[in-house]
Amino acid sequence: MNEKKIIEPKGETIATGEENVQKKIVQLKNVAKSFDGEIILDHINLDVYEKEFITLLGPSGCGKTTTLRIIAGFVTPDTGDVLFEDARINDLPPHKRHVNTVFQKYALFPHLNVYENIAFALRLKKVSEEEIYERVEEMLAMVNLRGFEKKDVNLLSGGQQQRVAIARALINKPKVLLLDEPLGALDLKLRKDMQNELKNIQRKTGITFVYVTHDQEEALSMSDTVVVMADGKIQQIGTPTDIYNEPENAFVADFIGESNIIDGVMLDDYKVRFSGHEFDCLDKGFDKNESVDVVVRPEDVDVVSLDKGMLTGTVTSVTFKGVHYEIIVSIKDFKWMIQSTDYVEVGQNIGVYVEPDAIHIMKKSEYSNMFGDYSSFSDELERLSDANEEEE
Amino acid sequence: MTKKNILKQAAAYPHIVWSVIFIVAPLLFVAYYAFTNKEGVFTLANIGQLAQATYLEVFLRSVCFAFLATVICFVIAYPVAYFISRTSPSTQKILVMLVMLPQWLNFLIRTYSWMAILEDTGIINTVLDFLSLEPLHMINTPGAVILGMVYNFLPYMIIPIHSSMTKIDNRVLEAASDLGCSPFKVVTKVVFPLSLSGVISGITMVFVPSISTFYISQKLGGGNFDLIGDSIERQFQTTYDYNMGAAMSFVLMLLIIASMAIMNKYSDDEGGVIV
Repeated sequence: MNEKKIIEPKGETIATGEENVQKKIVQLKNVAKSFDGEIILDHINLDVYEKEFITLLGPSGCGKTTTLRIIAGFVTPDTGDVLFEDARINDLPPHKRHVNTVFQKYALFPHLNVYENIAFALRLKKVSEEEIYERVEEMLAMVNLRGFEKKDVNLLSGGQQQRVAIARALINKPKVLLLDEPLGALDLKLRKDMQNELKNIQRKTGITFVYVTHDQEEALSMSDTVVVMADGKIQQIGTPTDIYNEPENAFVADFIGESNIIDGVMLDDYKVRFSGHEFDCLDKGFDKNESVDVVVRPEDVDVVSLDKGMLTGTVTSVTFKGVHYEIIVSIKDFKWMIQSTDYVEVGQNIGVYVEPDAIHIMKKSEYSNMFGDYSSFSDELERLSDANEEEE
Repeated sequence: MTKKNILKQAAAYPHIVWSVIFIVAPLLFVAYYAFTNKEGVFTLANIGQLAQATYLEVFLRSVCFAFLATVICFVIAYPVAYFISRTSPSTQKILVMLVMLPQWLNFLIRTYSWMAILEDTGIINTVLDFLSLEPLHMINTPGAVILGMVYNFLPYMIIPIHSSMTKIDNRVLEAASDLGCSPFKVVTKVVFPLSLSGVISGITMVFVPSISTFYISQKLGGGNFDLIGDSIERQFQTTYDYNMGAAMSFVLMLLIIASMAIMNKYSDDEGGVIV
């Protein structure tokens, strides 16, 4: 077992090795879906394990919401199977599934007050009045809304409505809770608080959470497992650390955090050449002289004096970000982003130093050369803000 | 205080004038005629005469027919409105237009068409005869009168219900089924309570014209089923007894106001009732 781990590319095996012990609760097998001839999901395979917090992360239109709706039962896949606890549930309508959903924009029942919204699922099951009362109160306590029973849901703030939506979905004690961008409509401060609260609720209840978001920071800070999606395909599944440190391709590297993605050639195991310089690295298992994408995170680049630099370049812009400066350096016509606490001047020539463990090598993919160059920095920002717009 | 406020107030004057001329004045005339005799002397005799059995029968029949027509309209309109409201916005526009389309034809022409369809030698019976089936007697029955009302007023039930349903977010319906509602329960637990204001408007908009309609019963009922509207028309057009006609109108008006008040009482919690 140990030997096998060493042979395979690092990072992947450790996480999956642990998770295999856990039971799979939801499985998507070769699931595809098109709307009006447009492919939304392109044959995806996904396993969701019991008690995990799994996040589907990607830009608008990547298929993450559709994936969630397939699990909820609102969308039927064109091909492929949906399994719940090893039973095929493709044709099971939503009201018969053991999953509940927290909807984007909450979707509370406007004709019912807070208490009745939360009690809704229990009333359908004809649960006794005393038990309903007990469980609604328990839910209200969990989401910190005690005393709000009689309030009109239309008059609550966004954050309060969100709490009601969570309580309403959890009262049924579902095996899986689906959350569709639940914090999308909240302001930043409230969002951070709710992230913590959601994570606590998930830990306390032990319910599997399947969470959809386009916010990479949210995904990294809350999840046990992150599933990065783009163009109807799953780009990478892994722990937040894996996804950040060992991105599978240029899309993942670019979408998660900032990264410089440079064309390189793998000279040999542990040797890569890019920007006209030969670097030591920790990656191996590539063909000799295979062209690759090299990722260097901005915070892993050291600014040094010209004579000590592995590469040299000219500073084209400096932005103060509080914790650090964001420096754009032109090195061999490629604009690098560097985050450093050292101040440099625009126009200054500087040396750049990269440690072997700061270099990550990726195979070439369809996303190569699309991302990771900061020459058109403003375009980059525009694209990011596009991704922030809500789906649908 | 400011120029803007004065302008705002001035903008309301035409409406006030319009209301006085076309709403308040006619109502005062109706009340005046209802409580006076031919010499213009105050009297309660007109109202008192309405207690006679013949008039009571007419009132009762009108209420029954209007009630049945309203119930039938609701039963037909509700599923139709629900179906329309769940189609795409562009399809909705077309379907709503199709619902309104018959209203572009004159009311009399529509009623005459039904005569041609229902008559003993009409379209339906010709077809039945052709198929060697027993003929059906349909014209001049209460059923024909109610059919006429339903046909003429159905759109006024569909449109308000449809418009209240379009305001229901699809996600709310998904949330209901997600929480365990079968498709039928989704309608009873969520769609119906949320479309109640439309239902109430629809009932009002069908019941009021149904109870005061005339002509439909003359043509499709063969004059056998006198309704209030027909009686009132006769007082003004044939007997020239304006005082009696006004008295009947006055009582009918009270009847309608009373039923509206009851309806609104039930819809108070919902708010947003159009009438």
